[in-house]
Formats: sequence, structure tokens, C-alpha cells
Amino acid sequence: MMDIGLGHYLAVAAIMFSIGVFGIFVNRKNVIVILMSVELILLSVNINFVTFSTYLNDLGGQVFALFVLTVAAAEAAVGLAILVVYFRNRGNIAVADINLMKG
Amino acid sequence: MTSFVSNLSLIGPEVALTLAALALLVGGAVRGEKANNLINTISIVVLLFAAVLGLRSAGADPTQAFGGALILDRLALFAKTAILLSAALVLVIGAGFLKIEKIVKYEYAILILLATLGMMVMVSANDLLSLYIGLELQSLSLYVLAAFNRSSLRASEAGLKYFVLGALSSGLLLYGMSLVYGFAGTTRFEGIAEAAHMDASVGLVIGVVFVLSGLAFKISAVPFHMWTPDVYQGAPTPVTAFFASAPKFAAIALIARLLMGPFSDMMDQWQQVVVALSVLSMTVGYFGAIMQRNIKRLMAYSSIANMGYAMIALAAGSQRGLEALLLYMGLYLITTLGMFACILAMRQSEGMVENIDDLAGLSQNQRGLAISFSVLLFSIAGLPPMAGFFGKLYIFLAAVEGGLLWLAIYGAVLSVVGAFYYLRIVKIMWFDEPAPAFVPSSLVLPLTAGAAAFMMVPGAVWLLPALERWSQAAAASLF
Repeated sequence: MMDIGLGHYLAVAAIMFSIGVFGIFVNRKNVIVILMSVELILLSVNINFVTFSTYLNDLGGQVFALFVLTVAAAEAAVGLAILVVYFRNRGNIAVADINLMKG
Repeated sequence: MTSFVSNLSLIGPEVALTLAALALLVGGAVRGEKANNLINTISIVVLLFAAVLGLRSAGADPTQAFGGALILDRLALFAKTAILLSAALVLVIGAGFLKIEKIVKYEYAILILLATLGMMVMVSANDLLSLYIGLELQSLSLYVLAAFNRSSLRASEAGLKYFVLGALSSGLLLYGMSLVYGFAGTTRFEGIAEAAHMDASVGLVIGVVFVLSGLAFKISAVPFHMWTPDVYQGAPTPVTAFFASAPKFAAIALIARLLMGPFSDMMDQWQQVVVALSVLSMTVGYFGAIMQRNIKRLMAYSSIANMGYAMIALAAGSQRGLEALLLYMGLYLITTLGMFACILAMRQSEGMVENIDDLAGLSQNQRGLAISFSVLLFSIAGLPPMAGFFGKLYIFLAAVEGGLLWLAIYGAVLSVVGAFYYLRIVKIMWFDEPAPAFVPSSLVLPLTAGAAAFMMVPGAVWLLPALERWSQAAAASLF
């Protein structure tokens, strides 16, 4: 049996983080997918914090993770509100159509 | 162990802003549209009151509050005063624009109060957690402000772009913080400094680079600048003025505190990153601005380039560098707000205009405004008798002292490119065929522009020594 150690948790978090970042840049379809990618990034950070917290035997990291969760909720609320305003003006939320200003 | 109340008394200005924002929110919800003007006025008074309160209660020695989560020193005091004053000025010069565009809402002033509160927490953060909370309070308020003109497609697009890229940058920053926490074993700045001093492990270095990239988004340093021109153009002009002033100062002060404080023993590692950001920002900022037709986009590129210069001073990594940085940012705030007062005065009979060509012949239509705008442009271009020249000079001197001679030379050469497009605006104002004259604006705008311009030439005799004294005291608190 293989022991699951710090490195494994960090690797999972790093993979999740990369998927999130790629999701923002590669995605050409829908803004909602971007919001999901942002959540993925924040969750990978939380995995990091909780892992380090356990490993270091220090509660600070878990407290930080709780704060991140709270702020992520606020961020999603603000993001969706802006998205609704945009949808009312534009009529769709395709990423390719967010191109009014350039240069 | 100090009591909760004595901790609260240390952050009087923040408490005042919080209470005022909450009370005004309730007041606005109860009174509705009628209370708009009153709320705007009260917000200005509260911001000024908080600045005075902060200045009066400041002690000479750095004090920590809430078990070390916040630190109150000269750097925080300088940054807070600058942030509060520029937020108040933005509220003063922006009121007219909002009325003309019919987007007066009481939430505007409250969002500015909350964003200011976030910035104040940022600049006195002494722990990664308080840094993050302050930064997010600022960012979330700014996302909403960018999309504040709800019926405008441009504004909502600006808000959306700002939100997506801002959220990404928060993600980068947080990922870096989690690595720093893991490899330093604490989120407290003193603890991180200790860990970096003992052994800067690879994980810590990667963490620092992620944190720096996340913060580079906030000061729109290249290659993290993509959002800036679009957001500056799309957002309502008073909001753009706010974006260009206080948040930039707060983010730069925060970066300075991080790099000179907890990460000061890792200078070999972060210096390369800061130098790269600086060179790219100056280059893209100045060359990108040449093609612009829209004055707000031009201001965006101008702020990118100015952040590049500020980062030269950061890269020097010395006390002299920090002094030069704070002096430069102080001058940048005054110049930028003065220029935005001029941009806010650009109104023709059919509405607000923002093309550079609309400024043609301004010297014949409104000579006072044209003189003020020209002086401000000369100053930000860095022409010798103006205060802006001395700002750049201090930065170059600090860079040379820090062994970055080539960077100083590169900055000086590039400022010639900058002078080209700043002076092009002056040429359009004074020598081109007049465009339709602007509708006279409220007296506040030309007065603000005039005051800012006055501080750049004759007023510089008093302004420069005062700023120098302040930035010296502030810089000394980190060394």
C-alpha cells in the first residue's frame, strides 16, 4: 500500500489549479464556465491550506480556508450580478462576443 | 494582552468608515432617491474626517493591532492619507458627471467608501489573511463600480472583464499565499521574514512569484494589464478616475511592504521579476498609447507606463528606492486626478465626449482649462521645471544607487516616447482647428485641475519638500 503524503495533496491541488487557469483561457464559449473555473482555483487553494495546516499542526491554515470560502461566495454573488446586467444589455453571454472595446 | 476596545481605538479611521458606510446604506434604503446628494456630501465629510483622525492619532512608533494582524506605521499613515484624500476628491469631481449621465445612485458613494476601507486594511496589513480580506473588499467594490452604469453595454462589459481577470488574479495571489504559508509555516509577516531569512526554499520562491503576479494585476503591470484599457474606457469617467488613483497607490504600497518586509531576504529572486515587469510595463504603456484616439484609453496606457517607473524604484529595493517610490506615487496621484478633472469637463451640447480630437482648439474656447491640462501633461511627461521631472529623477537616482544603471537609462530613453504622445495632446489643444466648444462645467472641475497644475510648477517649491519629508518618514518605518 502506498502512503498518501503531503506531496500527493499538493499535486492534486496543483492539477486543480492548472485546470482552473486553463479553463479561463481556453474556454471560448460561456462566461458561466469561467465562473466555475474561478471556483475551481479557489478550491485548489483551500486544499493547499488545509493540507499545510494539518501537516504543520497549525490551525491558521484552516481558518484561512474558511475565510476563502466566505469570500468566494461573495465573489460569486458579485460576478453573477454583473453577468445578469451584461446579459440584459447584450442578450447573450458568449465569451467570443465580449469584444466591444479593443486596441 | 490588549483589550478589544483599545485595539479598536487604534483603527479609528477604519471604524469610522465602516460605521458610516453601514449607516448611509440604511439611510439610502429608507430615504431613496431624495438622499443622494446628502449621502454624497456625508461620504466626503467622513473621508476627510477619517484622514484627520488618522493623522491626529498617529504615533511615531509602529504599533500592532489585533494580535499583529494589522500594523500602524508611517508607511500605512502616508498611504491611508493619500487614499482617503483622493477618494474624497473623486467624489467631489465626479458628482456632476453622474448627474449629467443620469446615473446618480446613493450606492456609488457607499461603494467608494467600502473600497477605500478595503485599501486601508491592505496598506496596514501585517498578515496574509488581513491582506487578503482587505484586497477582496476593495476588489469586490471596484467590480461593482466598473459596471455601475447598468444600462450601458460598455460599462457592463467593462465590469465583466474586470471581474473575470480580477478573480483570476485573486486566485493566483491566493495560491501563492497558500504556498508561502506552507513553506514558511505562518501567515504573519514577521514569521515569513524569519523563514525567508533562514532558508528560502523553492516552494517559498514559487509562492512569492505567484503573490507578485497576483498583485501585478492590481497595479496593471504588463503582462497582467489586459483589462486596463477596456475597463478604463468602459467604466463611467469618475469611476475611471478612482481606478487610476487610490487603488494603484494602495497596491503599490502593499507590494512595497511585502517586498521590503517579509520577503526582503529574497531580493535576489524577486528583483528579476520586478525588473521584468517594469521594463515590459514601460514599453507597452508608452508604445501602446501612441495609437490611441480615446483619452480614457490613453490614460490607461499612461498609468501602465507610470507603474513601470514606480517598479524601477521597487527593484532598487533600498530605503532610497522606497522614498522615491512614495514621492513618485504622490505626484502621480495629484497629476492623475487633475487630468481626470479636465477629462470630466469634456462635455459638448449633446453629451460627454472622450476623443482626443474633441480637445482641438481648447486654448481658444477655455484657456484656463487648456493651460492647466498642458501643465499637467508636461509634468507627467517629466519635463524639467515641473514636479514630475523630480519624481522621475529621484527614481533614476535610486536605481543607479541600487546598481540598476541600465534600467534607469532605459526608463529615461522611453520617457522621450512618452513625451511624444503627451505633447501631441498639447499640440492638439493649442494649434489645431477648434472643435465645437465645451459646455461650461461646474466650477469644481477647472478649480481642481488648476490646483493640481499649480502644485506642479510654482507650488512644487512647497509640495516637493513636504512630500519628500513624508516619504522619508514612511520609508524609514520599513528599514
